[in-house]
Amino acid sequence: MSEFFFVVFPYICVTVFVVGHVWRYRYDKFGWTTRSSQLYENRLLRIGSPMFHFGILFVFLGHVMGLGVPESWTSAVGLSEHWYHVLAISIGAVAGFSTIVGMVILIYRRRTVGPVFSATTRMDKFMYAVLASVIVLGLVNTAGQVVADYNYREGVSVWFRGIWRGALYPQLMEEAPLSFQVHGVLAMFLFALWPFTRLVHVFSAPLGYLTRPYIVYRSRDDAELGSHRPRRGWERIGS
Amino acid sequence: MRVMAQMAMVMNLDKCIGCHTCSVTCKQAWTNRSGTEYVWFNNVETRPGLGYPRTYEDQEKWRGGWEVTRRGRLRLKGGNRFKKLATIFSNPKLPSINEYYEPWTYDYSTLTDAPAQEHTPVARPRSLISGENMKVEWSANWDDDLGGSTATAHRDPMLKKIADKVKFEFEQTFMFYLPRICEHCLNPSCAASCPSGAIYKRSEDGIVLVDQDRCRGWRMCVSGCPYKKVYFNHRTGKAEKCTFCFPRIEVGIPTVCSETCVGRLRYIGLMLYDADRVLEAASVAEDQDLYEAQRSVFLDPFDPAVVREAERAGIPRDWLDAAQRSPIHALINRYKVALPLHPEYRTMPMVWYIPPLSPVVDVVKDTGEDAEDTGNLFAAIDALRIPVEYLAELFTAGDVAPVDRTLKKLAAMRSYMRDVNMGREPNAAIPQGVGMSEEEMYDMYRLLALAKYDERYVIPPAHAEQAHSLEELATECSLDYDGGPGMGGSGPFGEGSGSPTPIAVENFQMLQNRQSADTLAGPAGKASRVNLLNWDGKGAPSGLFPPKSQGPGPVAPGSTPDTSDDGATGSGGTGGLTGGADLR
Ligand code: SF4
Ligand code: SF4
Repeated sequence: MSEFFFVVFPYICVTVFVVGHVWRYRYDKFGWTTRSSQLYENRLLRIGSPMFHFGILFVFLGHVMGLGVPESWTSAVGLSEHWYHVLAISIGAVAGFSTIVGMVILIYRRRTVGPVFSATTRMDKFMYAVLASVIVLGLVNTAGQVVADYNYREGVSVWFRGIWRGALYPQLMEEAPLSFQVHGVLAMFLFALWPFTRLVHVFSAPLGYLTRPYIVYRSRDDAELGSHRPRRGWERIGS
Repeated sequence: MRVMAQMAMVMNLDKCIGCHTCSVTCKQAWTNRSGTEYVWFNNVETRPGLGYPRTYEDQEKWRGGWEVTRRGRLRLKGGNRFKKLATIFSNPKLPSINEYYEPWTYDYSTLTDAPAQEHTPVARPRSLISGENMKVEWSANWDDDLGGSTATAHRDPMLKKIADKVKFEFEQTFMFYLPRICEHCLNPSCAASCPSGAIYKRSEDGIVLVDQDRCRGWRMCVSGCPYKKVYFNHRTGKAEKCTFCFPRIEVGIPTVCSETCVGRLRYIGLMLYDADRVLEAASVAEDQDLYEAQRSVFLDPFDPAVVREAERAGIPRDWLDAAQRSPIHALINRYKVALPLHPEYRTMPMVWYIPPLSPVVDVVKDTGEDAEDTGNLFAAIDALRIPVEYLAELFTAGDVAPVDRTLKKLAAMRSYMRDVNMGREPNAAIPQGVGMSEEEMYDMYRLLALAKYDERYVIPPAHAEQAHSLEELATECSLDYDGGPGMGGSGPFGEGSGSPTPIAVENFQMLQNRQSADTLAGPAGKASRVNLLNWDGKGAPSGLFPPKSQGPGPVAPGSTPDTSDDGATGSGGTGGLTGGADLR
């Protein structure tokens, strides 16, 4: 069982994540958008959206630190385990709090503002459910750190890095508290879901804007006009 | 000098009757899809009025366009690149749907489903956005013909600037129509605001387009455009804007709005300009200098040096010819009667307007004086400060002198041509009074009053080497991106996602042949085939009926008539049906 969830499943998810994105990008550039609903409602969005997005950016950075950087490295630069913890939990709590409050506002808005709700697809709802569970569990884990003393940097993190090197430590996950296990598995699932949801907009963060010239000129017969017929095998059926 | 060609438009406001045909045909052609209910690439506003979306001209509020810093640098009024990225999660200057209007339909089914009852059932308005019943309180044109203007017009941002002089009373009021499309600016702030770089200006003809495959729905262009001519499709999550009907322009026929304009007041043609000087011109310190600054960017297509540079820049010969015959060049630079809309936004707009003389003429007429007499008209232009100042707020950032000059030219033309048309001795002093020769005045009159289809629209087709890809039979079609007219149904990721659905476009070339043929039926001798899409109900489209066969036998199945190119002159009985050609 744990073999499946902590070894096979992650690989399936990573594969779906990568292949799915390539497929989506080729098949559906047009559907690749934020699907913003700001036009319908702005009062709640103005507060909720920045809170959520900035929050989750920090949460992401936190994960890069916590999962990606081995404990030995931080000790090597002289950051003791204790202080690392204090730092991680305080920043994590602020970011997590902002994320969750933002999320609650946004979900409330989605449910109660008529136009926004009717522009919500079934896939959106499913994705929100998974995303929300992952975030809530993440916050539970962070809060749990204050009381319990599970050192995820010697457990979950090692397991996570192992996946990328082909070194498999399902037993490390087995030893982890349940909330960590579920958080990890659900997060993996979210990655598998990713390419098929509006979450793809994360990968179009427009950093190029900072360096490109203001006015873009393009030639008419530029092949990228969107004027090419679908590639073989990608035609829409039934039209 | 870096010569570039720009497709541009001029509208003669005196002739606009406010019929909205242009808006309706444009909508039917481009934005009749769900998600674009509120999108009017072409809209016609009654001025004074709030415009569409409401008060879009108030840039202190919406912060569209550009501004110059004290050190003379041009920057986006909405903030620099960092600010744009920092506010990407919630655009602070996006008009909400209520600033446009909530689109609706009617609950027609109750008309047929309702049970027997004492009162006639009514079809109630239903919001197309939430699906709920709604109260219709505003629309794209709520203040049409000054309807309700006593309540709303004082919020017109342009009127506010001269407000202390205006009493909005019906006896003293004036009004005219302002049809608007995207300006296809030389310095488009929509493109500059787009974080994804999806909005681009085509280097051949200057048309500004949104690449639907690159747009990610950040909505910054909507805020960036001071004319609010980029719209957000709320179903597909992508920005859309007027395309200057580029698929039509590419084969040499005018935009849908021009084609169908009842007043025939639109002109389309090329302008050559020096791309290297655009930034400098857009950065002049004084708003009121922008009109002249923009004119100085345009190049004289007759100047041999310009022609040489243009050729070096790869502008084809027939485009240069078209630039020389361009009605836009004539109206902007030769007669100088066309003015830009809101030059103070510094985007260098390329849809210009001939300001209306009618508010002035109306007043003179109402007083019982002769409204075609130069003296009377000139006096009225000088006396009627309010309409003139209002026009100046729209077209010259408040500088009345150019508006004055233009109106006087139009007034002079009116009286001069009356003499000519009445068979009296024309008075050479009239054109001289406005700095024109008699010949020039007559030419201007011809262009403004008589010009035919192919003089109003001088559109060189996109280049022949590429022409194969422009025909409907080609393997590629510029329209078949999704959300374009090739709109498909719903893909797996929501409205419009999925790969494009190719569609057949009508054969534009044929339409053009018809339009310029001056005959009612399909032009004889020009290639044509049955295409009912182009048929306007006059006569019978050639090739619809088979040429009467020689003998009594049935028509051989192989001899399908649809490629017959001489329907109008066909032998036998079809002559009567397609006989429009005889009307020549
Ligand atoms: S008028 Fe058109 S080209 Fe100019 S800024 Fe607006 S959308 Fe862009
Ligand atoms: S079709 Fe022509 S006359 Fe009618 S509203 Fe439009 S611009 Fe004016």
